[in-house]
Amino acid sequence: MNKPMFILSHDDWSLHRKGELDQERHKRKVKEAIKQNLADLVSEESIIVPQGDKVVKVPVRSLDEPKFRFDYANQNQVGQGGGGTKPGDVLGRAPEDGQGDGPGKGKQAGDQAGVDYYEAEVTIDELAEIIFEDLQLPRLKPKSYPDMTVDDIHWSDVRRKGMMGNVDKRRTLLESIKRQAMSGEAGGAAAGSIHNDDLRFKTWDDIRKPQSSAVVLAMMDTSGSMGTFEKYIARSFFFWMTRFLRSKYEFVDIRFLAHHTEAKEVSEDEFFHRGESGGTRCSSVYELAHKLVDERFHPQRHNVYAFHFSDGDNFDADNALAVRLATELAERINMLGYGEIRTSPYGSNRLWEALDGIRHPAFVRTLLREKSDVLKTLQAFFRDEIAG
Amino acid sequence: MFDTDYEKLEKAIETLHQMGAERGLDYFPMRYEICPAEVLYSIGAYGMPTRFAHWSFGKAYQRMKSEYDMGLSRIYELVINSDPCYAFLLDSNSLLQNKLIVAHVLGHSDFFKNNAMFAATDRDMVSRMALFADRVGEFEHRYGPDAVESFLDAGLAIQEHVDPYIRAGRARGYVEAEGGDKDVIGFIARESRVLEDWQREILYMLRAEMLYFWPQMETKILNEGWASYWHLRLMEQLELEEAEIIEFAKMNAGVVQPGQGRLNPYYLGLRMLQHIERKQGIEALFEIRETDSDASFVRNYLTQELVTDMDLFLFRRESGVYKVTATDVEQVRDQLVRSRTNGGFPYITAKDGDFHSRGELLLVHRFEGLELDRKYIERTLPLVFKLWGRPVHLETNAGGKPITYAWDGRQLSA
Repeated sequence: MNKPMFILSHDDWSLHRKGELDQERHKRKVKEAIKQNLADLVSEESIIVPQGDKVVKVPVRSLDEPKFRFDYANQNQVGQGGGGTKPGDVLGRAPEDGQGDGPGKGKQAGDQAGVDYYEAEVTIDELAEIIFEDLQLPRLKPKSYPDMTVDDIHWSDVRRKGMMGNVDKRRTLLESIKRQAMSGEAGGAAAGSIHNDDLRFKTWDDIRKPQSSAVVLAMMDTSGSMGTFEKYIARSFFFWMTRFLRSKYEFVDIRFLAHHTEAKEVSEDEFFHRGESGGTRCSSVYELAHKLVDERFHPQRHNVYAFHFSDGDNFDADNALAVRLATELAERINMLGYGEIRTSPYGSNRLWEALDGIRHPAFVRTLLREKSDVLKTLQAFFRDEIAG
Repeated sequence: MFDTDYEKLEKAIETLHQMGAERGLDYFPMRYEICPAEVLYSIGAYGMPTRFAHWSFGKAYQRMKSEYDMGLSRIYELVINSDPCYAFLLDSNSLLQNKLIVAHVLGHSDFFKNNAMFAATDRDMVSRMALFADRVGEFEHRYGPDAVESFLDAGLAIQEHVDPYIRAGRARGYVEAEGGDKDVIGFIARESRVLEDWQREILYMLRAEMLYFWPQMETKILNEGWASYWHLRLMEQLELEEAEIIEFAKMNAGVVQPGQGRLNPYYLGLRMLQHIERKQGIEALFEIRETDSDASFVRNYLTQELVTDMDLFLFRRESGVYKVTATDVEQVRDQLVRSRTNGGFPYITAKDGDFHSRGELLLVHRFEGLELDRKYIERTLPLVFKLWGRPVHLETNAGGKPITYAWDGRQLSA
C-alpha cells in the first residue's frame, strides 16, 4: 500500500490552443451577425459622435444560445443584503427592457435572468473593415501614373524559420523567457541564453494597394433648414467616408466644403462640428468645386470625386444654375454623388426634382429617409464598378 | 511558485490529506496540476480539459480571458469530478493560497465521491469527452464544419432536457413527472425520423455530457458550502505562520463574502452548514452531503433565523426599480427552491411524438409558478423543429392561462 494518494505535477501547457481556435469561430460568427445588422450599426449614434478609436458594444441577438428559459423580468428573485432589509425597500433602478444585463450568468446559482442579448465588443476599426469590405472608389482611372497600384509589404506572420535579418527580437526573447520559466530556471533572469528553438522570424506578404492620387470633395449643406437629424445623417456618411478612404487608399486628399448661401473650404474639424444657419444656394458649392478642380485638381492628373449632402431645400431661383453646374461637374470628374435627406414627404423647391434631368453615368444620387439609409448610400456611391 | 515552495506545498498536501481523512473525509485519489491562468480559464470555459469544438465555448473563453486580463476575476482552482480527481491550481497562487485551495478541493472530491446525485456519473468522463471531441472533429471533416456547427447549435438548445434519474436512484424530494419523457434529447435522438446517424450520435453525446454535468448544477450551493466548510476547518487546524494567518483570513473572506444583491452560493451553503452543525452536530452534515441536492437542502434547512441573519429577501421589478417584496422564510425558501429545482431549468417533457396523428412533436412544460420567456421560445422552437423535422408544439402557462406555442417551420403561433 505504498501507492501515493496524490500527484503534484507541473506540465508544459504551451500546446493548449483550443480556446483560441474556438474564439476565432466565435469572432467569425460575430462578424456575420454584425453584417446582418450593418445598416443600423453604421448610423449608431454612440459610434459616430465621439470620434477616435474606441471599443463599441454591438448588440448581436443571434449570438447568445437559445434555450427554453424562465422570464424573470417581472417575477420575484432571491437577493441578499447587508442586514435589516425590509419589504418595500428599493434596491436600485431596473435596467430598461431589452437592456437587461441581469446578474447571474449561465450555470451560477443566482436565480436571475441572464443577458437578454449578447453584446459583442468591437473596435470601430473592426466595424469599418466589415463595412468597407465591398466598397471601393468607383470609376477610378489611370491618371499620370500608368501603374495604378503601389507595392507595399505587410508584416503578417511569425514563424520558427527564416532569415536572420528578419528575426523578431521581442518574440524571440519572450520565447526564451517562457522556456526558462517552464523549465523552472530561476525567475527574474530576463535575457538568459537564447536557444535555436526560441528564434522567431517575421514574414511578410507583398500587397498591391491601388494608387489613387484621388481627391474627394466632401460638400455639406449647413444652412438653417438642415435640422439635427439631417446634419447627423450627412455627418454619419462623411464619418465613414473619410475613414474608408483613409484606410483603403494610400494617397487620397479629402477637402471639406461647407455651404449655405455661400460656400467655403473649411477644416475637417470645423466641417464636423460647426453649425451654420441661413438660406441655401446649392450652386455656391458646385461653383467652388469647379474652382478647386480648375485651380488645383485638374481631372487630367487627378481622380476627382464630389459628394454633396443637403435637405434639398434650395432657393427656387438657384435651381437652374445648380443643375447646370452639377451637370458640368459630373462631366468633368469621376463621380458626383448627391444625397438628399428628407424626413417628410412634403416640401418645396427640392433640388432632387431639379436634378432629375441629369442622365450622366458619373452622377449618382440617393434619397435618405432614415438612419439605415446611410449604409445604402455608402454602397451606392462606392460600389464595386470600374469604368472602362 | 518557487521550488522551495513546491516542496512545502507537497508537505502541506500530505498533512491536509491526512487531517481530512482523520475527520471523516472520503475523497478520490488526487492529481494536482499547477498551470498558468490561460489553462485554467480555458478549462473553465469548456468545463473539461478537452471537449468538442464549438463557438459558444470560444465565447465563454473570450469572456473569461478578458475578465482575467482586466483583473475582474481570478480563478484560483478548478476541480473535475473524476477518479482520480483532477485539481488545477493557478501557477501564480502563493503557497498559502494553494494550501487553502487544496483543503477546499478535498471537500469537493469527497462530495463528488459520496453525494447520491453523483453516484451514477462517469468518473472517466475526462477521456470520454476527449473521444467525443475526436468524433466531432471527424464529422466536421466528413460533413463540413458548418453543417456540424449548426447541428450542434440545435442540439445544445435542448441539452439540459435530460432525465438524470434514469441511471441514478430517485433522490429525496423527487417529484415524479406527470406523463411524458423528461429525457427530451434522448427521445428526439431515438424517435426523430429525419436525423442521420452522425446527428443521432451527437445528440447522445450531448446527453451523456449533460448527465455528467447535471449533479454539479443541482448541488452548487451544497457542494460549494461543503468545500468552504472544509477549507475553513482544515486551515484553522493547520499550523500557519502569522503572515499566513492574515493572508488566509483575507482570502477566505473574499471567497465566502455575502453577495451584494445576488446570492453567493459559497456563503449561503457555508452558513447553512455551520448553522446545522451547531444545532445537530457534525453527523448531520455528513448525512446531508450524502443525500441532498440544493433544492432539498434549502427546503429542509433554511430557517427564519438564517434568513434574517443572512438578510435574504425577495425582490422584483416594479415600475422601473427593484423593490423588496418579502423577507419571511416561507416565501424566500419557496422561491429559492423553485429556482434550484431541476438545476434551475424549466421542467419539460416530450409527451407525444405523433401529435395530431401527423408525426408532430408535443413538448409539455410543467408549470411551477415561473413563466417561460417568450422571446426564447420563439428562437428555440425552430431549433427543435430542425431536429424533429415536423411541426413542434410547446404547452406551457402564460398570464395565468394554459397556452400552446407551435412552430410549423415558418412561423410561431399560439
